[in-house]
Amino acid sequence: MDAAALIQALTERFPDAVRSSHAYRGDATIVVSREALLDLARALKGDAAFQMNFLMDLTAVDFSTFGKKPSSAFFASSGVAVRPSAELPDEHPWPGPPRVPNAAAALGAPPGPARFVVVYHFFSLPLKHRLRVEVPLEENDAEVDSVTSLWAGADWLEREVWDMFGIRFRGHANLKRILTYEQFVGHPLRKDYPVNKRQPLIGPDGHASDHS
Amino acid sequence: MPRTIPDNSVPAAAAASDALETRDMLLNVGPAHPAMHGIIRIVARLDGEQIVDADVDIGYLHRGFEKMSETVDYNGVIPYTDRLNYVSPLINNVGYCMAVEKLLGISVPERCHYIRVIVSEISRLTDHLTCVGASAMELGAFTVFLYMIKAREYLWELVESVTGARLTVSYCRVGGVKADLPEGFAEQCAKAFEETRRVLAESDALLTRNRIFVDRMSGTGKISAEDAVSYGITGPFLRASGVPYDVRKDCPYASYDRLEFDVPVGTRGDNFDRYLVRMEEMQQSMRIVEQALRDMPPGPFQASPQTGRSLPASEMVDQGKVGNIPAIRDACAVTDPTLDGSAKPLHVSIATAEKRVFLPPKEDTYGNIEGLMQHFKLVMYGHGARPPKGEVYFAVEGANGELGFYVVSDGGNTPYRVRVRPPCFAIMSALPKLVVGDMMADLTPTFGSINMIGGELDR
Amino acid sequence: MSGDAGFVTSRLDEAVGWARKYSIFQYPFVTACCGMEYMATACSHYDIDRFGAGLPRFSPRQADVLFVVGTISQKMAPVLKRIYDQMAEPKWVVSFGVCTCTGGFYDNYATLMGIDTIIPVDIYIPGCPPRPEYVLDGLLKLQAKIQAQHESGTRPAPEPRPELELEPWMPQR
Repeated sequence: MDAAALIQALTERFPDAVRSSHAYRGDATIVVSREALLDLARALKGDAAFQMNFLMDLTAVDFSTFGKKPSSAFFASSGVAVRPSAELPDEHPWPGPPRVPNAAAALGAPPGPARFVVVYHFFSLPLKHRLRVEVPLEENDAEVDSVTSLWAGADWLEREVWDMFGIRFRGHANLKRILTYEQFVGHPLRKDYPVNKRQPLIGPDGHASDHS
Repeated sequence: MPRTIPDNSVPAAAAASDALETRDMLLNVGPAHPAMHGIIRIVARLDGEQIVDADVDIGYLHRGFEKMSETVDYNGVIPYTDRLNYVSPLINNVGYCMAVEKLLGISVPERCHYIRVIVSEISRLTDHLTCVGASAMELGAFTVFLYMIKAREYLWELVESVTGARLTVSYCRVGGVKADLPEGFAEQCAKAFEETRRVLAESDALLTRNRIFVDRMSGTGKISAEDAVSYGITGPFLRASGVPYDVRKDCPYASYDRLEFDVPVGTRGDNFDRYLVRMEEMQQSMRIVEQALRDMPPGPFQASPQTGRSLPASEMVDQGKVGNIPAIRDACAVTDPTLDGSAKPLHVSIATAEKRVFLPPKEDTYGNIEGLMQHFKLVMYGHGARPPKGEVYFAVEGANGELGFYVVSDGGNTPYRVRVRPPCFAIMSALPKLVVGDMMADLTPTFGSINMIGGELDR
Repeated sequence: MSGDAGFVTSRLDEAVGWARKYSIFQYPFVTACCGMEYMATACSHYDIDRFGAGLPRFSPRQADVLFVVGTISQKMAPVLKRIYDQMAEPKWVVSFGVCTCTGGFYDNYATLMGIDTIIPVDIYIPGCPPRPEYVLDGLLKLQAKIQAQHESGTRPAPEPRPELELEPWMPQR
């Protein structure tokens, strides 16, 4: 199935769950609400039409400084912007970071920007198609259902997302840090974590440093 | 999570062990352990010599690749990608550059695709040589290790002649490669492959029917195809379980769709099959390189010989400063030896037509103001290419499996997010599954066949 | 009489130094990329055995020289410190690769900015990774150092790295 057909099939199958979709650069992408994630994932894995037997990747993006990064150098605005080449079809524009409906949405307000987006990359070996599923989350309620019951490989990937972003996975049996250490405070891939904020386990004098 | 232990003891023995009241023992392996090439900690629970449960602790080489990528420009990430899988850095380079090219929506010339295929396959060879050699060494076959490192040395000399570096090459660029293949590369390559083939034949003779090696490898570290897929395992590891998934065949990139090669597949999913798959893949890699060298479109190197006379770049600058324009008018700047192969006539075949992304030829950088400005605009801190906003995922076949790069751009000069899908992360997460039920001594061949690369696993 | 004894012991020290420098038992503490070049140096092509350092011991208690090969992360630092402490005197430390010398270009939350912030270092071999020739040169320098220490009868502790004066524009610790 190509990207457009895949998106259409999913939208027909899950009209309520699929909030938006795009196929930027040919990557089929759907944005779903976190409530619908587990059902959708189960269908993606089991349905004969999708057969997504691989969970290739599971990661997250912190969109809190998207487009707001301070310019890093004087005259930096004069960087070289590049338009896509004419050979490549650009009929699928990128709609921007996924948004999450907040409490005000019930009153008709537009959905606000999501701080975190959990990104799943699925691949179907029999049908050779790929799908990206994005689940936007709010900062103060960063929790999503775990898919470890469907793909064993999700176990470590979800632990890594917890470690790096502080997003919790409901139903994960062993959600603890994986790349950093237990004493580490904070989540390094969040945009508000300074790149060189060190938390040494032992200090320069060779003694254990205090982590209180 | 409770795990079931395969019960292969006779009832009488079980009764006797009940009477003896045996207890499980915890054995801590690593993080600095001779059999663990790479740093990882395995806490194994043992019942006698049998592994009942294993807890794997990683992250000892976490160096913040993804965070660092957010602080440098798009070309600046390339040196970091070298150090992800440092046994096959060129494949990482290719994967990252192709992901960014997809984001930018640019294409590269045909010859550049072929060059990328050639260097990727040479890298795959070095990776498999190291993996098979090191795992053989851990089982006592030290000679094989020495032979394989010898072959790797010949291939590294080849890599060095192309890229200027042995290991951390930073050869690919967004929109092309640093330089064209050097003159006489095909002959040099043929010679290196001859040596490699000899080493592979010798190693095959030493290992494949070696009783000790076969006994330790076959039947250990088994994983079924369903489990392997569920863990997201790819690459030779998955193929040894009988699933013929290869990114080069199933989602072809660069020029793999025009090259003929076979994907070796195992049947039993044990360490021995993984060894056999890797040995065969090395033969296939050499086959790919030979075809690519044959089919590659000729570069302008052959098409239009350089006419200008050569002049060292520094002298050109000096002549320019004193206003001696006639002296430099039809001269061609000769740059540093490490920049060999990146001269202007070669640029047409190795760099994208999108000139705003790719660094100008060195003689332009040193020779005229436009080239200098363009160079400046791309390399100076805070400048560099600014791709449109968007997100892409691009996968290549790394030496350990699918190596995917997920790049998000916010329209700025630094990537907003770079995520790498490390192939051995999935395999390592299946390690408890692989070793439970095996003997403690089987941990060594199983871990060797995983080919854990710390840089890629922990990033 | 005492002069003669001094002569004998100093000649003996020299002999011990000579023996020691050509029988280096190294502990390769291999963590990262540099390990590949370490392998290349140790194997037949470059053959570190020619310099009497061909026998890696994978136990710190049996080793004289600690080769720290590759990036040391904050998570790994206590392990490195412990292994250094387990080594018996006399012991030397070679920092192999720029990550162990200064932290290299991994100036971030995860990595240690040079192993000399936690253990003393005798020889620095920069390079990312250093070529085998460079490693052999470093090894020769270490051998010269071992010999000189025995001739002078002292083994001065390696100098700690001077504390860096932080300028305002530098990343603050």
